Amino acid sequence: MDLSFIIIQSLSGLASASSLFIIASGLTIVFGVTRIVNFAHGSLYMLGAYLAVTIVPLLLDVDRSLPMFLLGVLISALIVGVFGALMEIILLRRIYHVPELFQLLATFGVVLIVQDLVIKIWGAVEIPGPRAPSLRHGVFIMDQRFPAYELFLIAAGIVVLAVLWLLMQKTRFGVLIRAATQDREMVAALGVNQAWLFTGTLFLGAFLAGLGGALQIPRVAINTQMDISIITEVFVVTVIGGMGSVPGAFIAALIIGQLQAFGILIFPKITLVLVFLLMAVVLVVKPWGLFGKSDAAAGRAILPEGILSLKRFGTVDNIVAGLAIAVLLALPVFGDNYMVKVGIEVLVLALAAFSLHFLIGVGGIVSFGHAAYFGLGAYAAGLLVTKGGLSMEPSILLAPIIAGAFAALFGYFVVRLSGIYLAMLTLAFAQIVYAVCFQWVEFTGGDNGVVGVWPSSWASSRQVYFCVVLAFTLSAIIALRHAIYAPFGYALRAARDSATRADAIGIDVRRIRWFAFTLSGAAAGLAGGLYSFSKGSIDPTMISIPMSVDFLVMVLLGGIQTVIGPLVGAAAFHSIKDFFMPLTDFWRMFLGASIILMVLVFPRGISGAAASLTDRFKPAPKPAVAPS
Amino acid sequence: MTLLKVTGLNKRFGGVVAAKDVAFALEAGDMLAIIGPNGAGKSTTFNMVGGQLRPDSGQVLLAGQPISGLAPREVWRRGIGRTFQIAQTFVSMSVAENVQMALISWHDQIMSVGARAETRYRPEALDLLDLVGMRADADRPVRELAYGDVKRVELAIALASAPKLLLMDEPTAGMAPKERAQLMDITATIARQRKIGVLFTEHDMDAVFAHADRILVLVRGEIIADGKPDEVRSNARVKQVYLGDMGVAAAMRARRGRV
Amino acid sequence: MPQNFTRRAVVAGLGATGLAGPAMAQTAASGAPIRIGEINSYSRMAAFALPYRNAIQMAQDEINARGGALGRPLEFVFRDDGSTPGDAVRVAEELVTRENVSFIAGTFLSNVGLAVSDFANQRKIMFLATEPLTDALTMAQGNRYTYRLRPSTFMQTKMLVDAVKARNVRRWGIVAPNYEYGQSAAANFKRLIAEATPGAEIVVEQYPALGRIDAGATVGALAQARPDGIFNVTFGADLTQFVREGNTRGLFERRTVVSLLTGEPEYMIPLGEETPEGWLVTGYPWEQIKDAPHAAFVAAYRAKFNDTPRLGSFLGYVFAYMCRDLIAKAGSVETEALLKTFDDMKFDTISGPVTMRGIDKQATMGAWVGETTLNGKVGAMKNWRFEDGAKYMFTEAEVRAARKG
Repeated sequence: MDLSFIIIQSLSGLASASSLFIIASGLTIVFGVTRIVNFAHGSLYMLGAYLAVTIVPLLLDVDRSLPMFLLGVLISALIVGVFGALMEIILLRRIYHVPELFQLLATFGVVLIVQDLVIKIWGAVEIPGPRAPSLRHGVFIMDQRFPAYELFLIAAGIVVLAVLWLLMQKTRFGVLIRAATQDREMVAALGVNQAWLFTGTLFLGAFLAGLGGALQIPRVAINTQMDISIITEVFVVTVIGGMGSVPGAFIAALIIGQLQAFGILIFPKITLVLVFLLMAVVLVVKPWGLFGKSDAAAGRAILPEGILSLKRFGTVDNIVAGLAIAVLLALPVFGDNYMVKVGIEVLVLALAAFSLHFLIGVGGIVSFGHAAYFGLGAYAAGLLVTKGGLSMEPSILLAPIIAGAFAALFGYFVVRLSGIYLAMLTLAFAQIVYAVCFQWVEFTGGDNGVVGVWPSSWASSRQVYFCVVLAFTLSAIIALRHAIYAPFGYALRAARDSATRADAIGIDVRRIRWFAFTLSGAAAGLAGGLYSFSKGSIDPTMISIPMSVDFLVMVLLGGIQTVIGPLVGAAAFHSIKDFFMPLTDFWRMFLGASIILMVLVFPRGISGAAASLTDRFKPAPKPAVAPS
Repeated sequence: MTLLKVTGLNKRFGGVVAAKDVAFALEAGDMLAIIGPNGAGKSTTFNMVGGQLRPDSGQVLLAGQPISGLAPREVWRRGIGRTFQIAQTFVSMSVAENVQMALISWHDQIMSVGARAETRYRPEALDLLDLVGMRADADRPVRELAYGDVKRVELAIALASAPKLLLMDEPTAGMAPKERAQLMDITATIARQRKIGVLFTEHDMDAVFAHADRILVLVRGEIIADGKPDEVRSNARVKQVYLGDMGVAAAMRARRGRV
Repeated sequence: MPQNFTRRAVVAGLGATGLAGPAMAQTAASGAPIRIGEINSYSRMAAFALPYRNAIQMAQDEINARGGALGRPLEFVFRDDGSTPGDAVRVAEELVTRENVSFIAGTFLSNVGLAVSDFANQRKIMFLATEPLTDALTMAQGNRYTYRLRPSTFMQTKMLVDAVKARNVRRWGIVAPNYEYGQSAAANFKRLIAEATPGAEIVVEQYPALGRIDAGATVGALAQARPDGIFNVTFGADLTQFVREGNTRGLFERRTVVSLLTGEPEYMIPLGEETPEGWLVTGYPWEQIKDAPHAAFVAAYRAKFNDTPRLGSFLGYVFAYMCRDLIAKAGSVETEALLKTFDDMKFDTISGPVTMRGIDKQATMGAWVGETTLNGKVGAMKNWRFEDGAKYMFTEAEVRAARKG
């Protein structure tokens, strides 16, 4: 490795870092002020790129010059900024006070809608952007050619950093952003027009995302998957840097840029894992990133978003539950093959959603990577059957044990964190599992996965396998539900309500959370194992981010405050998807819109809405103080 | 044997001395108040006893056993219950369940996945609630209670482990004057009846002089006075640096009230 | 006989939808339609899948206007597979149970294809995979219910290696997306180039993550090793980025570049004026293929959709007629009859004769191999020839070894 190569390679790393920083700075500023992790930031980036490939060529037709190119880039970024401001006014403004899980999901709904909008407007074929005039050539650096545009990008990153610094130090808007990042209440106390500040911040954040996207057009072909591929990387940058810290994002982007430029020389196949490994390590060592601060609001006593009170089943509930089980038992007798298949999937998803709800609703641990344990269970079962030579029965039993073991390993680190950093660490672990399954082709079959995961011959008919699944899922759900009512579940809920109080009455908060994480992972693993035998194969989509999001949507849809919610949510979600998918190519838009609608209109989910409906028809409760 | 014996506690934060050679003792059934101006080291001392902070040097002996450096939950296990400046309860549970939770923990059943939690130790919990006058509200969600009542529930929680020592950090902060007196009366009664030592910090001089058996005055991490209320009240240095005229007036009022 | 029949019917159907003389006219098909389930990534992989679906619908109309099969109309029932094996298997179940399809077909991604193939094996229903390229589908994980239309990764790589053999390039670099398709193409290439060029060595390998290549760093790493030839497997957005960085940094100058799929319109059109000169690629030079049946297909497709055909269009069209011929010859839509007829059946397609080889159930459909060139502002292929897939199949011994399970 000679010196010129090292210099060229590190310049390549710098150019990537610079692009990453421009995008990440927007995300981190928005988070600092609004405390919302904006999943749609990647969509804003993609919009910037699509707008630029539309606008820039028009301007270049007028005059093929660099200023025209830059003008086009700026116009695109400004339009995206306006889009961001509109998003704040229409959506975000209504969800500042809902739990962060709901915020994440609502912005994910925007992701889904923008994806389909982009396909509708620009088509699914990737579009190569125009090259920047006067910057098409290569510059000779120590006898090696290096693209002039990459040098320009490096400069652009530094300019953005400088302008942001000036903005933060010298303008009233910047001072307010910094103040809000440090303490939101303080800004409220200052009598600042918060609405204006938040809209302005979203404008700035979206502008930066759009700018980052628009600046990419001479390098990449603009495509409809840009949003998801950038957002995970930008998350990594902001989390490593410390959420809310612009200099942190800059340093983190530099580290990641160089890590990738040189990492691929040593480990050419490690590409996906590397950044998430780095993020996991940073979070384990520094729970708030390199430059982040612990959130002062985290310790306040606020009403938890999860289960509030555990009502015992009344007569009506018992009848409903009995009926549901009767319907399930009748399904293999009266339903056709397809219905039985859907039934199996609903049961499996119900268990997975229930296990996630156990973490979120009872434990207050918002896992954004629950698919990891579902997938690990599926892979364990699938690989044991196809490569380990075991039969279905031991494989299904080993699936939760193996998934639980990984949950214990990851959970050990996860339970040390809280809030959004915890969610990000679960995401990082899930992405590591995903990347290993995706790229370790020899062992896991890569993205092809492994086929031939079918039940033992006695259970090979759909109807019999349905009964197997019913037996496993029902007993697991009943067992988990029982744990919620047992001291273990109460202690978990106690730790969520007040970690300080729990500690002061002898509850080892980390330990109980760790156990809960492991138990929940094992239950998800059981669901995954059962799923793999129903599908006949395993593959990495079972571990992907969309799968984790699906689980979250089920929990949310069913209602986070009831024990039975996730079961209702899983059934409803699967039926809706099953109904819409054959009807339209744009089912993601429907899904996205429904998620947003749910967050805005039914934040307590289906069973929450049902509960308030039944409450209305019950006789009014006796007043606490008897009238004298 | 002395219930709580603290010797030579030191704690520095960077260049700031938060506690310097703090030493005191507390007998079972006594109430010891720590007072001092803001930043005097009250909370630091308090947290070193409760396990939230580890002292740089020095010793905390509970009934002769060293407890300094132990985690809060281990300190609790050895017999120290505590309440917080901002009441900490389990807001998703009922009043009784809050106390049951502490009882379940005390009986080492936290990890149990057996019988339902709400059926365990309910009579015991109700007895404790009776003690603090909250039995009638046993089945109400704790989040619906008035703040003063929450504080009483917190006291019941702290008593669930039959502690030898109660740590109360500003027990009456944020309460109405009438509620304050009630809470301190309940606490004092229970402490005397059950031979529980109470260590508390307090801003409200009325409460301190009305209920403390002994008072410890901290200034800049150092104890400048330690004695019965009357002794402290007449201590010239205390008057000078801390109590001032208003403090003395309050002390006089409290004395009248008690006599 | 069936071959001629097919070709004639195509020409008639295309050239003269309204002109078909009474002498040739068959009555339009009637009765209950024969349904075929078509599963594909219509929303995610729309660049390929929509032209594919268009062509199938066009062929369906032609076929049914000419009497369908067994006197019944054909009906393709389309379903989105959500690009995930889980969803694909569920819609397959739905098609079989609810829509009463005679067999299932389609899929784009290899993992989806494999999952549906395994489902077909389990449910004992025929599956004709049209697009997925993984060798596993007809080799290690092949089963008696699964057939494949397109030439596999191995076949296409072998075509390219044969084409580059004469240049005697020894120092090779490989760049491939890091997932099964990329890794198995790279493995095939390593094996084949070692056989074809004595002394060939791989001096550098780069496996960027699919869809998120760090092109600058990748190009730098490749250039550093100073290979004389580069085997590229990246496609789509990754390819565009790679080509741009490579062009600017001079990576491709004085080097032989061999590239899978790059000549297909799906990937060539987005490259536009960046299309590199002189790469050896597999592709689809639709505008230059002058055979009458193919030209007629192109004309009809352009007239109907006001768009140029993609490889997907070609594939969908061939596939639809293949379905009709199969059903017509089998005389039934029972699975066993279909399987028995399909093995070693010969078809005449708009790209020439194709046999469905019975031993691995891989069609001998070929591919166009040629060099890339820039025609004004759009990419094109030159010096191309059509390679018959039959010459590039796995040997029967290899198939037997792989499919012994």
